[in-house]
Amino acid sequence: MRWLLILALPAFWLAAADSDAGDSFLLRGGTIHTLSGAPIDNGSVLVRNGKIIGAGKDIAAPKGIKVIEIKGLQVYPGMIDAATEIGLAEVDGVRETLDIREIGRFNPQLVALTAVNPSSEHIPVTRANGITTAATLPQGELISGQVSLIHLDGWTTDEMAVSRTAALHLRIPSIQVSTRPVQPEEGAAPPPAAAPTTFAAAKQNFDKQITELNEFFDSARRYREAKNAKAAGFRPDLKLEAMIPVLEGKEPVLVTAIREREIRDAIAFADKQKIKMILCQAPEAYKVIKEIQQRDIPVILGPTLELPLNEDDPYDRAYTTPAELQKAGIKFAIGTFSGTASLSSRNLPYQAAQAVAFGLPHEEALKAITRNAAEIWGVGDRMGTIEEGKWADLVITDGDPLETKTQIRQLFIKGKAVDLDNKQKQLYEKYLNRP
Amino acid sequence: MKTLVLLTLVCTAAVFAADPPVLIQNATILTITNGTVKGSILLENDKIAAIGERVAAPAGAAVIDGSGKYVMPGIIDCHSHIMVDGGINEASVSVASMAGIPDVLNPEAIAIYRALAGGVTTVNVLHGSADAIGGRTVVMKTRWGKSAEEMKFAGALPGLKFALGENPKRRGNPAGGVPPGVVELRYPATRMGVEDVIRQAFSEAKAYRANWEEWNAKAARGELAIPPARDWKLEALVEVLEGKRLVHVHCYRQDEILMMLRVAEEAGFKVRTLQHALEGYKVAGEIARSGAGISTFADWWAYKMEAQDAIPYNAALLTRKGVLVSLNSDDPELMRHLDKEAAKAMKYGGLSEAEALSLITINPARQLMIDGRVGSLEVGKDADVLLYDGHPLSNFSKVLKVWIDGHQYFDRDQDIADRPKQEAERKELLRKLGGEPRRPAIEGGTERQTP
Repeated sequence: MRWLLILALPAFWLAAADSDAGDSFLLRGGTIHTLSGAPIDNGSVLVRNGKIIGAGKDIAAPKGIKVIEIKGLQVYPGMIDAATEIGLAEVDGVRETLDIREIGRFNPQLVALTAVNPSSEHIPVTRANGITTAATLPQGELISGQVSLIHLDGWTTDEMAVSRTAALHLRIPSIQVSTRPVQPEEGAAPPPAAAPTTFAAAKQNFDKQITELNEFFDSARRYREAKNAKAAGFRPDLKLEAMIPVLEGKEPVLVTAIREREIRDAIAFADKQKIKMILCQAPEAYKVIKEIQQRDIPVILGPTLELPLNEDDPYDRAYTTPAELQKAGIKFAIGTFSGTASLSSRNLPYQAAQAVAFGLPHEEALKAITRNAAEIWGVGDRMGTIEEGKWADLVITDGDPLETKTQIRQLFIKGKAVDLDNKQKQLYEKYLNRP
Repeated sequence: MKTLVLLTLVCTAAVFAADPPVLIQNATILTITNGTVKGSILLENDKIAAIGERVAAPAGAAVIDGSGKYVMPGIIDCHSHIMVDGGINEASVSVASMAGIPDVLNPEAIAIYRALAGGVTTVNVLHGSADAIGGRTVVMKTRWGKSAEEMKFAGALPGLKFALGENPKRRGNPAGGVPPGVVELRYPATRMGVEDVIRQAFSEAKAYRANWEEWNAKAARGELAIPPARDWKLEALVEVLEGKRLVHVHCYRQDEILMMLRVAEEAGFKVRTLQHALEGYKVAGEIARSGAGISTFADWWAYKMEAQDAIPYNAALLTRKGVLVSLNSDDPELMRHLDKEAAKAMKYGGLSEAEALSLITINPARQLMIDGRVGSLEVGKDADVLLYDGHPLSNFSKVLKVWIDGHQYFDRDQDIADRPKQEAERKELLRKLGGEPRRPAIEGGTERQTP
């Protein structure tokens, strides 16, 4: 009897979902920007059990399904912020609220999702502008941990998880010769001066780190062999264990590289270790176009609204990089790397728009924050476009989401209508009505 | 010798001769104060000479076809630290009004050119926020290529920076406890102490002023008396009391905003702008009644505890409740897209296009009391003018040309055309130096800090 009850439950849920639960519905009469083809005017999207059944012009409403009229409105796939610190950082200036950097230089066993706070105020604030998914990154010196891909909705981290271990995050070492003192926080006592580094010393330090990095990968390889061979005296090691999917090419490595030399070092490292690489941030990727193109390396660019790296760079250096990558046929997404004052994840669409002002085709800008991000993060079969079989991560707007004045009207994550309310809206309404 | 004299004359003429008139035709002209005009705008003798559907081109005028393009006044940033050479904080003391930003300006800071390329023509350059009463401030125009003296906005009142909350108390109450090696904590450590520092300073300033008044009276009567010692710290505060120096107060929480307004009233001066004031929306009525303006961020939040209740509706709500609001950057990156920041006040709180653009033009001009000169396109005002390839509030638009006092300081086409030449020059210099420079990890032009 007990068994019967358990078996009966899912069937009951399914039946309920079709009739009145939120995750089955037909959006009717809007412009559907599928990003897998041309926009569909006066189109519909049919969603059942949180998945897209289809998008098109003449979709009849199945019997009993909820119909949502969206005449005059636009539908887009949910936007994906390809690199953030969402959930790991609440208040930059309060260290108790930060779970971004662990101690140690080799931490492949750490998983960002573990520290994601589902109650973070950043989550509702971000999704209110149409961002439905974010990659969240641990940061550190060399291998900082596993990047997690999360939906910006869920009661728990398990419910939010799209991909617990989407990539291993590696920051390629750099030859640091900077002797410029770091400015302290306003009002804080100046930090102890960093020892000035000669180029030779910096190079030596760099070589040492590259060697250690290679040794780490080599020892992970030996570990894997020993494990597979069931070698005598084999002892499990969580750090090395976490490297196995990377060595087997099942998991990509997200490699943060800033300057041209670091990007070239990253490529050389990936070639040598035969790893699947996603280039991360890479503001000087425009100097390494040919190599990136030849190896078909995807890139997650940092914010477009960013200062040039060098004083003698053109003023629009960061604005034009997306267009240059697109012209070369390099697949790229944009990440806000949010977690600090200026880099709000909610402004992701405006990072893409700035690239449009400086030469990136409009549709490519949209793809950089939807489809490309999904494909680079290995979930292109589940999100990124409005197509049959994908999750119904949908944004309904009254205009182009790349334009600031556009309002988000409704948001669905896995077919569930998500509340657009947040702390900021509540404070606004409260104080607007203050007598 | 003759050649030299002639050369000097030619050079002088080149420097001081007014630019030839510029006529932009067929453009959409956003005047800010008088609606939108489809037509022409004439820049002549440093000023806006005419705006209308049809304006005749004077002899020698450069005529620009503005078809499909937009014209608006130069953007005014009411809070920036660009071109400050070295640190922006005289952080050793809690009252630093003897120190001055006007004396430490670097006219070659690349941030000036980058801001110009983003449409900023006037900048309120401020001291930092480490001190309850910080240093003297100055209003500049981004006349790239000129000396620091020539960039100063002649006639604009000087200012003084104040700071409340977390930043001024950090030296007395460091995050994470007292770091090793710090021998002495600096008063204040609390918001109570910040209030005390400001009240105490003005109490001293009034006594100082009274001493001078007494001495002046004696001197006028012909009595022999020793004059009081000059105190440059208190001089600046006396100027504040006399309305000769504007007060710009860095603040966040509503309680400290009201504290500041009370202290100012008690001491007998006006707060000209509350800077940041992310919780300003909580006390909009009180601020409106005090006459203080607000210069805030469009949507920054969460970077520190006192920024936790920040809302992107701040600018719109305060505007609706009668406060004069501007949007500022406090950052060399944000500074380059204040136009896009203004659009956020339409999204959050529903300001009109005109109201949104006012936040970065006429409103900061009024706050700095330079609205007779800049902040809108009106005949007789300074010819500080931007030409855009689309509507300035659209994210797909960019600045094409910038004029200040009728002189063109930025031209995107020229900037692009000059790049190969500059690259060749750079390569040649490097060849002479013997190789690529070893770049620091990050080189930003101007240091960025948490506000």
